[in-house]
Amino acid sequence: MEGRVVKGVQFKDLRDAGDPVELATRYDREGGDELVFLDITATAERRRTVVDLAAHIADVLFIPFTVGGGIGSVDLAGEILRAGADKVAVNSAAVRNPGLISEIAGRYGSQATVLSIDARRAGDHWEVVVDGGRTAAGRDAVDWARDSVARGAGEILLNSIDRDGTRLGFDLALTAAVADAVTVPVIASGGASSADDYVDLFRRTNADAGLAASIFHYGELTVGGVKDVLARSGIPVRPPERAFA
Amino acid sequence: MIAIVDYGVGNLASVRKAFAAVGARAELVRDPAGLRDASAIVLPGVGNFGHCSREFHRFGFAAPVRDARGRGVPILGICVGMQLLFDGSEEDAGEPGLGFYRGSVVKLTGVPRVPQIGWNAVRTIGDHPWLRDVADGDHFYFVHSYAAVPAESVTLGTVDYGGERVAIVGSDRMLGVQFHPEKSGANGLRLLRSFATADAGVVASAGNRC
Repeated sequence: MEGRVVKGVQFKDLRDAGDPVELATRYDREGGDELVFLDITATAERRRTVVDLAAHIADVLFIPFTVGGGIGSVDLAGEILRAGADKVAVNSAAVRNPGLISEIAGRYGSQATVLSIDARRAGDHWEVVVDGGRTAAGRDAVDWARDSVARGAGEILLNSIDRDGTRLGFDLALTAAVADAVTVPVIASGGASSADDYVDLFRRTNADAGLAASIFHYGELTVGGVKDVLARSGIPVRPPERAFA
Repeated sequence: MIAIVDYGVGNLASVRKAFAAVGARAELVRDPAGLRDASAIVLPGVGNFGHCSREFHRFGFAAPVRDARGRGVPILGICVGMQLLFDGSEEDAGEPGLGFYRGSVVKLTGVPRVPQIGWNAVRTIGDHPWLRDVADGDHFYFVHSYAAVPAESVTLGTVDYGGERVAIVGSDRMLGVQFHPEKSGANGLRLLRSFATADAGVVASAGNRC
């Protein structure tokens, strides 16, 4: 499934969901505000793929997009940004080497530096997990979010491992805890299965955005449909734009 | 040819590709001499004003841009490139801007999240030929921690982010936008097309890809 969009449940049982560039243009048309591409198989040998993907996306997409997955160096981050991505998301490598966040933010700015956190419930708090959700990192997710912002992260992409692919709705408690702890935008991810999940997210937490994959990939919901429900619920959204002609 | 001033900052590939999408030929120009033949000039910029200003001057772009302005070459400033049109910024008081517009650039205060990162509606309060396809309330994509405070009446558009902030400034053959038109979907492409057609000669016949 190289070069394809895939979606799994808690990073397992990956299903093919299509070509990334085609999906990107579809979500742009449907009114997606931003797109996030996470290369789940990125390895040192395949770093070229991520840079090429960013370049291909930038040819056709004129809304902001983030690229993540296996980014372990400021140089690779720079290549991806120069190829046309607006932001890079770092995850496991930043947990192992938090200095990576300040390096990327120092060179390319906080606005281009996204910290992606995979978190799961552990007793009375949430712990950070790495390596696609397999390994506990021994860090508290809220502390890590706060620490990363002090180091220069300009945005938090917060993925609930407990909810990922489960369709149980966003993890509101986790999202609220992180969104209230930091001064940068927080994007909630994991568990969305309906437009109402988005309404709950914005009514009950200070999250700035909600990310979903499966429900859009497989056509169960459209971005425009979700935004309609949000708008009717009194939550401000970017309205559909007049097509470029 | 539209010259995108390349002084080592910002996401210039996106600006070039957005112009390509509206059928205009735009090139990154690293050599100040390259601005002599430009039919239009784009001043990009992202991040810190002081860094942008220092690099802009160090590359030697200030004189040719002033010269182009004197010749009436269309100029579009984007984000920090828009802020560079002013006298300076409180972000780095020692670094001057181009001073095309009197005024300064001040930190966003009184808002929960700084920078403003995201889409927001722009209220248009003035006319400009390059804003002919921009409707009042159109959404554009913003990434900024500072905003211009003009000391003369050049404000053409505002955005509400913890109060009214300047989003667009402009005058004859010059426009500055705080947002990123190259990342603002169809609304942004329309604005770039209007700028690109300021001189009919700069638009290739390739047509639109969107």
